[in-house]
Amino acid sequence: MSPTALDHLLWGALPYVVLAILIGGTVWRYRYDRFGWTTRSSQLYESRLLRIASPVFHFGLLVVIIGHVVGLLIPETWTEAVGITDERYHVTALSLGAIAGVTTLGGIALLIWRRRTNGPVFSATTVNDKVMYLVLVAAILAGLTTTLLSAVAGLTGGHEVDYRETVSPWFRSIWILQPDVAAMAAASTAFKVHVLIGLTLFALFPFTRLVHAFSAPVWYLFRPYVVYRTRDQEPTPASRPAPRGWS
Amino acid sequence: MDQRIGKVMAQVAMVMNLDKCIGCHTCSVTCKQAWTNRPGVEYVWFNNVETRPGQGYPRRHEDQERWQGGWKRTAAGRLKPRAGGRLKKLATIFANPKMPSIQDYYEPWTYDYEHLVSAPLGDDIPGARPRSLISGDPMQIKWSANWDDDLAGGEELGSQDPIVQKIGDKVKFEYEQSFMFYLPRICEHCLNPSCVASCPSGAMYKRAEDGIVLVDQDKCRGWRMCVTGCPYKKVYFNHKTGKAEKCTLCYPRIEVGMPTVCSETCVGRLRYLGVVLYDVERVGKAAAVKDEQDLYEAQLDVFLDPDDPDVQAAARRDGIPERWLESARRSPIHLLAKRFRLALPLHPEYRTMPMVWYIPPLSPVVDALSETGHDGEDADNLFAAVDTLRIPVEYLAELFTAGDPEPVRAVLNRLAAMRAYMRRINLGEPPDESIAEAVGLTGKEIEQIYRLLALAKYDDRYVIPTAYGVDEADRGVIDEIGCSLDFDGGPGMGGSGPFGEASGTPAPASVETFHALRDRQTSDDPAGASRRFNLLNWDGNGRPPGLFPDRDRQARRHTQDGEYLHDREESQ
Repeated sequence: MSPTALDHLLWGALPYVVLAILIGGTVWRYRYDRFGWTTRSSQLYESRLLRIASPVFHFGLLVVIIGHVVGLLIPETWTEAVGITDERYHVTALSLGAIAGVTTLGGIALLIWRRRTNGPVFSATTVNDKVMYLVLVAAILAGLTTTLLSAVAGLTGGHEVDYRETVSPWFRSIWILQPDVAAMAAASTAFKVHVLIGLTLFALFPFTRLVHAFSAPVWYLFRPYVVYRTRDQEPTPASRPAPRGWS
Repeated sequence: MDQRIGKVMAQVAMVMNLDKCIGCHTCSVTCKQAWTNRPGVEYVWFNNVETRPGQGYPRRHEDQERWQGGWKRTAAGRLKPRAGGRLKKLATIFANPKMPSIQDYYEPWTYDYEHLVSAPLGDDIPGARPRSLISGDPMQIKWSANWDDDLAGGEELGSQDPIVQKIGDKVKFEYEQSFMFYLPRICEHCLNPSCVASCPSGAMYKRAEDGIVLVDQDKCRGWRMCVTGCPYKKVYFNHKTGKAEKCTLCYPRIEVGMPTVCSETCVGRLRYLGVVLYDVERVGKAAAVKDEQDLYEAQLDVFLDPDDPDVQAAARRDGIPERWLESARRSPIHLLAKRFRLALPLHPEYRTMPMVWYIPPLSPVVDALSETGHDGEDADNLFAAVDTLRIPVEYLAELFTAGDPEPVRAVLNRLAAMRAYMRRINLGEPPDESIAEAVGLTGKEIEQIYRLLALAKYDDRYVIPTAYGVDEADRGVIDEIGCSLDFDGGPGMGGSGPFGEASGTPAPASVETFHALRDRQTSDDPAGASRRFNLLNWDGNGRPPGLFPDRDRQARRHTQDGEYLHDREESQ
């Protein structure tokens, strides 16, 4: 089945639009809104639930991200070359993925419940946050669905389209500017939905509080504890040009 | 100088003379008006005055077993933030395990004043009920920044003071035996700041020129580790902007040679500001001395003598301007802390090398002695009385010298000697050098101390050089005379960007303050009630309640206007 015009639009053009929004938006946001670039933590209002839910969600998400990186970037031929059979790979990936996905979902469910039921936290929630949560939860749910469908297909012996032969080659092809539309078009509907929601999330990313992920302070590990800085040199009243005459 | 002089740095430091603090909270109020009267920092007091014994603000902040502030000396003799090193900080970044909640400070509130004028006619006089500024709901006020002011709550609250719990029955709460004094607290602008060390983003820094510790608002990402790192709990989280804020030592004023707002407005004239020169290469070692009680002396060793030609040469070598050197030579801080040893650091055991020092209070000792039939101002009687003062030396020692009573006793003796020595002069008797000698001073030095502490002239209390690069012509010039809208971007700012509260280019604090103040003074509804909407905090999304007048109210007004017009038309 050859790819339709819609396929070309979704898997050939859209990824680049999203990339442009993600990169351009982030650069713009950083230049325009460094002051608004924060986690916007609500721990001051409520920390009992947050202390459990937030690490559960974030660590779950870190595992999910690592899983995506491995699954999307490492070609099937490489894992086979080091002697990992396709079956073993999938059993590991699906079980780890399912655990991480459910953990992440549980974490975010608890976080959203806390956000809804705790008065101060709820009133600090903006529409922006709500849209972001919606897309984020949808992405996680769709991702878990693909995992579960693959697992069921594997258990019942049915034939499920392998994402490592469809989504992954397409994803890699994006970066060499030759999108393999046909590969993605051959993926199952569940994967297509998950990818579309994921693209939406990336497009929203620079405009939400999610940007705090970009400032993960890894270099803290390598800097001296105490930071010294010299004063910014700004023009002082005496050296500044005189204001206009009417004042 | 027996030690080699390393890199010389200058710091604007403060000393507070606790004998003169009357607990009027003027410093706190003026500071709040200047810096923290904005949404998100309602609960924040960069300057607060605590009654001791008492729990302080936030509650029991001195209990480092619980809050894990400051530094810890490892077995290998190195320093590491008490709440954990770099790896632990990053591992717990998703939820800070040791962060005080809003309840540990206090839930800020306002009153439903509108009800006073809008309540329906009835038999009862309407009251203004308190409403939380956090949730907007009616609330019961149960705690505040100085709830236990003047020993309010007596033993029930006072016994929760971590120092009282440590030194036990030395502190009495029976009315006849009780004591209290006031402790105004600001950020310590430490030489070895653990808040700076805790900041994963590197947004907090110590200014190289004047040692002021600041938060870069554009680099802060709201990880909240600084709040835990500071053992004095003087870094606060702005819950609207999601960024850390702290006392700035009023740097815009200091830069042009003016004292901080808290100092300027202090009615007791108990604050001193001046430059201290120190050797930055000695800080790490001094902060890591083994015995906590040696930390006070170790910190004094870090300070350099501005009259020493070697120090001056080293300071010039390290680029400290001549007028800073001159200022350091006249610095009241150097006199009080190092030369006369009257001021002591607050909680040196936190190993942060604090730079706001305190002259411990001499209790109402003269009256107490006179009542027992002794000459209350005789030097020998005074010296003997120091150990039986109403404020136990042990309590002061826990605050200022990690529990070592000797330095506190020495300070109190010097203060007592000053009283006895100056009393003779006031009575026209010949000065008695032996009084001065008994505390290791000369009569001339005592008179110098008297001038500094008792007369406390403005120019003696505040010796502040203008900042590097700031012209001497700028001394005392602050932008407040100019129009606060006169800057890049022009008028019309003061809103916020589309990414949540206070996103976008921030309005200068003066503009924000102006809007907030006007809002509060002219608004019909109590702040915090959901009906009122502060445009300053609008994230640009949707139509929050209160953005426009509600529909029925508007409709009603329209009808009335319509009828009014209608009437006029008819009458024409």
